[in-house]
Amino acid sequence: MSEGARGWGFVAPALLWTVAFFLVPLGVMAAMSFARLDGRELVWGLDWGNYAKLAEPAIGQAVRVSLEITLTVTAVSVLLAYPLAAILAFQVPPRWQRLALLLALLPFWTSYVVRSYAWLLVLSKQGVVNKALMGLGLVTEPLTLANTRFATVTGFVHFFTMLLTLTIYANLVQLPRNYARAAQDLGASGWQTFRHVILPLTLPGIVTGAFLSFVLCIGDYITPQILGGNNELALPQVIMVQLGRRADFPLASALSVVLMGLVTVAYLLSSRWLRLDRT
Amino acid sequence: MTPWSRACLSAAAVAALPGAALAQELNALVWCDHADPALVEPFEQAHGVRVNLREYEGSGAALATLEQSQPGDWDVLVIDAIDVPRVVEAGLMAELPVDQLPTADFFPQVLMEASTTRDGKVYAVTEKFGYNTISFNSAEVDAEDMQSLGTILTDEYAGRIAIYDYYLPVMGLAAVSLGMQTADLAADDLPALREMLFAMKERAATVGEVVASQTALATGEVDIVIGGGEFLTAVLAAEQPEMTWTIPDQGAVLWAQSIGVLEGSQNKDLALEFVKYIVSPEGQARLATSSCYWGMPANRMAGEHLTDEQKAVLRWDEQEQYLSRAQLYPAPDADLDTQMQDLWLEMLQR
Repeated sequence: MSEGARGWGFVAPALLWTVAFFLVPLGVMAAMSFARLDGRELVWGLDWGNYAKLAEPAIGQAVRVSLEITLTVTAVSVLLAYPLAAILAFQVPPRWQRLALLLALLPFWTSYVVRSYAWLLVLSKQGVVNKALMGLGLVTEPLTLANTRFATVTGFVHFFTMLLTLTIYANLVQLPRNYARAAQDLGASGWQTFRHVILPLTLPGIVTGAFLSFVLCIGDYITPQILGGNNELALPQVIMVQLGRRADFPLASALSVVLMGLVTVAYLLSSRWLRLDRT
Repeated sequence: MTPWSRACLSAAAVAALPGAALAQELNALVWCDHADPALVEPFEQAHGVRVNLREYEGSGAALATLEQSQPGDWDVLVIDAIDVPRVVEAGLMAELPVDQLPTADFFPQVLMEASTTRDGKVYAVTEKFGYNTISFNSAEVDAEDMQSLGTILTDEYAGRIAIYDYYLPVMGLAAVSLGMQTADLAADDLPALREMLFAMKERAATVGEVVASQTALATGEVDIVIGGGEFLTAVLAAEQPEMTWTIPDQGAVLWAQSIGVLEGSQNKDLALEFVKYIVSPEGQARLATSSCYWGMPANRMAGEHLTDEQKAVLRWDEQEQYLSRAQLYPAPDADLDTQMQDLWLEMLQR
């Protein structure tokens, strides 16, 4: 058997898997996004009507809501995760770092849905946060925290901060300490060392985590559904409405294609730092 | 004896074991209340079969599941009574031998023959019903105020309201409060309904399905659920008796779900047995108090199998009066349904 044939033989299972369970469904979804419903009858064709519905206020707003929530979550998570990762990498003694990482990941041993409902209780009018605020005399009436965008963002940030901490930490611990020392020997202040040496070298970790956060956040249905109180719908929620209530698979497919488009744009914007072949 | 013969004999012997009878399976597409083991297990044990239940979250999802299935994949269908004509017209339902079903014992107001019967043939029977109305925390709100959407939708209750996330009953309730007949709803009525829905949304803290609404009510996040009813508060009643429900003076919306056998079923006899079990007094009592949600049994004889406490929670003795004040779910045609769903989405995004 030639070298090439053996190579294809090794690759074939993964290739077949990808074709059968990714490319074919993706193609069906793309084709269905141009179909339309005639009553309950699915009519295949090249109909742009589903994409035209993006101009409708309720659906257009879903795209905007998704982007706003996702960008906020990603930015806040990066801002929280970086210092945490830096503390883990530079301040925590090496022998305790594993334990610290394990403790950081502990909350994720619980179900995603249960964790979201837990946040709902924590943020409710009779929840821990409101009781603490009222106990401290900071507010006289309970604040409306649950069933808001704030609650959705909080639930997401709880998850993604830890995810980003891992990717940034992995980057930070690989940084030779000599780089910072060299910069300081050359007269750089602590801020200048961070700004010009450490931050650029940890950008791949930041961008990798931020991209993962973006992808997982913008496609998430559970968190906005449980914590957002349906007071505004994100794109996955509108897709679920089309599937669960209207059985409008063509429109759901079109909206899913738009969702994938947003993820693709995010990938293209961050691809420079996502290269696997770092030379 | 060759190894091959031995293997064949062994396989035959295994197939002949009494346990092999369990291989007969029934596939049912249902609302979540049928998934309560307390309901299904007695049937499985009595017939030595396995009932595979697939829950759906809306009629659209159920219809889509049926469309994507092969004939014979499903044996039993539970669906909202108003959606029965759609599945009958699609030729999906099998005729039921009504003489074998105890419909004479049913509350006559919920027989819904207009939905379940076509050309004199019965294709489904009502199994459970209840009301989409007003659920509330009686310790926090004035029960008198709950007798009208007009007094609920005031600044006093702003931010203390949840809306049940299902467009048909809530729009029906809005229509009832505006003095409309749910059966006569037309596109011309949508502007008035829009105004009412937006008024609800402006004062609502959340719009949620059953569990979310229950959580909001139980945790004190809200004190009122518009579109709620016994299905929402009954499971809370044991621990929080202050969670209750009422029917406003203008009336409420009657929900009902039906059960039938699918035309493509390969197990029609067993499927019919399942339907007969569900509408039997014992099955009805178990279905009425299912762990997922409670509701009134269609069969009045189920009362003999319910405790006084359970009947009190279901308001058993007030059904005649409630039924006289309730209107059926709106039953829009496809165009109006699309417009109503668009309006609902608009309300959610507002």
